[in-house]
Amino acid sequence: MSAVVEIASWAFILAGSFFSIVGAVGIVRFPDFWSRLHAASISESAGMILLIVGMCLQAGWTLVTVKLLIIGIFLFITGPTATHAVANAALTTGLRPKEAEGLVGAEPRSAKKS
Amino acid sequence: MQHHLILRVVTKLLCGAIILYAFYVQFHGDYSPGGGFQAGVIMAVAFIAYGVVFGLDAVQKVLPAWVVHKLAALGVLVYSMTGVVSLFLGYAFLDYGAFSPHHPSHGQHWGILAVELGVGITVTGVMVTIYYAFASRIPRITDEEW
Repeated sequence: MSAVVEIASWAFILAGSFFSIVGAVGIVRFPDFWSRLHAASISESAGMILLIVGMCLQAGWTLVTVKLLIIGIFLFITGPTATHAVANAALTTGLRPKEAEGLVGAEPRSAKKS
Repeated sequence: MQHHLILRVVTKLLCGAIILYAFYVQFHGDYSPGGGFQAGVIMAVAFIAYGVVFGLDAVQKVLPAWVVHKLAALGVLVYSMTGVVSLFLGYAFLDYGAFSPHHPSHGQHWGILAVELGVGITVTGVMVTIYYAFASRIPRITDEEW
């Protein structure tokens, strides 16, 4: 039983580390702001959830698990919110993805107003 | 109003939890990492986040500027009065053994709790004062200008 939990927890932790590394590589390698934001949000959602589940399995039924779950819930709420705020600010100030440069309906809001 | 909808909802959800966590760090500081300074900063973060999202007027309804200035001074007063009380009880300045002469460790517990409370109040006041000082300098950006 304990061996199964151990294997599962290490599988979760390794998967979470993999997603974090993938996100870090993506932030460096991707071409523009929007795809980099996508990479950053991968490491803060998928990587975070998998790492916390792995650490919960390591800790067992203790107070540490409860604290980890609370941390996970808060990060689950705040991480996407921060990503949304950054993306929203970029969208309203007129930044557009490279692929959408000539696209109709993707003009910056300030250009529509004037 | 529509523009910052997600930020507004999340901030409303989190403000209470942040304040609760600040109290946890404040009063659990002698058993786990934390203490007055960290708790004060976390408490200030709740008000600063509310002010950033809802505007300076909304947060100053909750915590007016004159209250914040008094809080910054009140914390120092609590800290120094702890020392003065132990002085009047016949011990050295800030000697926590004074609060429970037969049980010096209990006295130290109470003394550190009082001192940390003073530190927390002062740090909250100073942090929010700095935020108010910076935020009230610039002309405010209305929702229509976004």
